[in-house]
Amino acid sequence: MQLRGGDLACERGGRLVFAGLNFALAGGEALVVTGRNGAGKSSLLRVLGGLLRHSAGRIELSGGADEATLAEQSHYLGHLDAVKPSLSVSENLLFWTTYLGGPRGAAIRPALDAVDLAGLADLPAAYLSAGQKRRLSIARLVAVRRPVWLLDEPTSALDTPSQERLAGLMRDHLGSGGMIVAAAHGPIGLDGARELRLGRPAEPMS
Amino acid sequence: MSPFLALLARDMRLAVRVGGGALMGALFYFIVVAMMPFAIGPDLNLLARIGPAILWLGALLASLLALDRLFATDHEDGSLDLLMMGAMPLELAVAAKAIAHWLTTAVPLIVITPVLGLMLNIDMSSMGWVALTLLAGTPALTFIGLIGAALAVALRRGGLLLAVLVLPLTIPVLIFGVAAANAALVGPAPFGPPFTILCALSLASLVLGPVAAAAALRQGLE
Repeated sequence: MQLRGGDLACERGGRLVFAGLNFALAGGEALVVTGRNGAGKSSLLRVLGGLLRHSAGRIELSGGADEATLAEQSHYLGHLDAVKPSLSVSENLLFWTTYLGGPRGAAIRPALDAVDLAGLADLPAAYLSAGQKRRLSIARLVAVRRPVWLLDEPTSALDTPSQERLAGLMRDHLGSGGMIVAAAHGPIGLDGARELRLGRPAEPMS
Repeated sequence: MSPFLALLARDMRLAVRVGGGALMGALFYFIVVAMMPFAIGPDLNLLARIGPAILWLGALLASLLALDRLFATDHEDGSLDLLMMGAMPLELAVAAKAIAHWLTTAVPLIVITPVLGLMLNIDMSSMGWVALTLLAGTPALTFIGLIGAALAVALRRGGLLLAVLVLPLTIPVLIFGVAAANAALVGPAPFGPPFTILCALSLASLVLGPVAAAAALRQGLE
């Protein structure tokens, strides 16, 4: 499968964030989006997730499930964790697994194991630290299989072992033919990922 | 469990847990109605005559009380983004949230209504009819309010905007709700016509509310 963006432009609040953006990504490939603060990294991910309108250009996903939009085939890991403090860890994950179309009666245990939260399954999420909330958020990427992962600074708030575990999860995802578009400032443990550098809109882009 | 039921169950669970507002509406309703006899005085005939109007106004304000948080909390913690990325149409997701809100806010309010008749000199036997008009009319209040709640998130204005936007739209519901309740209590007008119009208003808003609210949320994508 292939994800292709052609001549993409995005405008927010009357200001052009980026324009003339081109990229192509095949299954098993990762794209790391870099750039200064305000260069439009998050905006690009939100555009791909269908959470923000692009003002020009096109996005094509070919070879995926028929009739499903890119948003329906993507996982979005934003700055916010979408974790409800009054639900327990397992209730939070179970809800998103069901809502995002995970298999019926799917076990969430393996996903919790994958982010090392299995011991806290019954704890209300209000008591989790920022990094633990982040890991709970990552668990849903594991629990529900979607081919495209849109990760906005996925390593923020994670400690070193968790960053390595996330890198392992990302490699597994790529290994099974998935795609990753990640916004990052530093290395996130994806070797061989292609880089898309966002600069000022006037400059030509890769 | 389908995504629709999962969202419904999650919202109901959130409403009854710590920080949820499940019983706040019913409590607010109870207090507003209980204050009225103190303000109006011990004129029992007057109380009985304006009783249905007081109950309906109380129910209207109570059902708007927690509504502005309906999408705001999901917007603030990023859940709304994910809700929009599900395979289920946003209209259905929005409807699931509204139904959960109605079940946790309006139903307790309807349940305590017969007891409130004591405060307003309305006899218990006819309070069932008033409760029935609320049962038929409160879905309209919730689903009209849903549009306001979505707009409040899309326009990034909370609280008062919702009341300003939504209250005028609820006037028809109020008119026919009170008319039906009055017809049941004092007559002489028949109960049927205003009650059927009330049901029609609820059914229409059941369809229009989620569509309009989903459109408002999509419009707010920025």
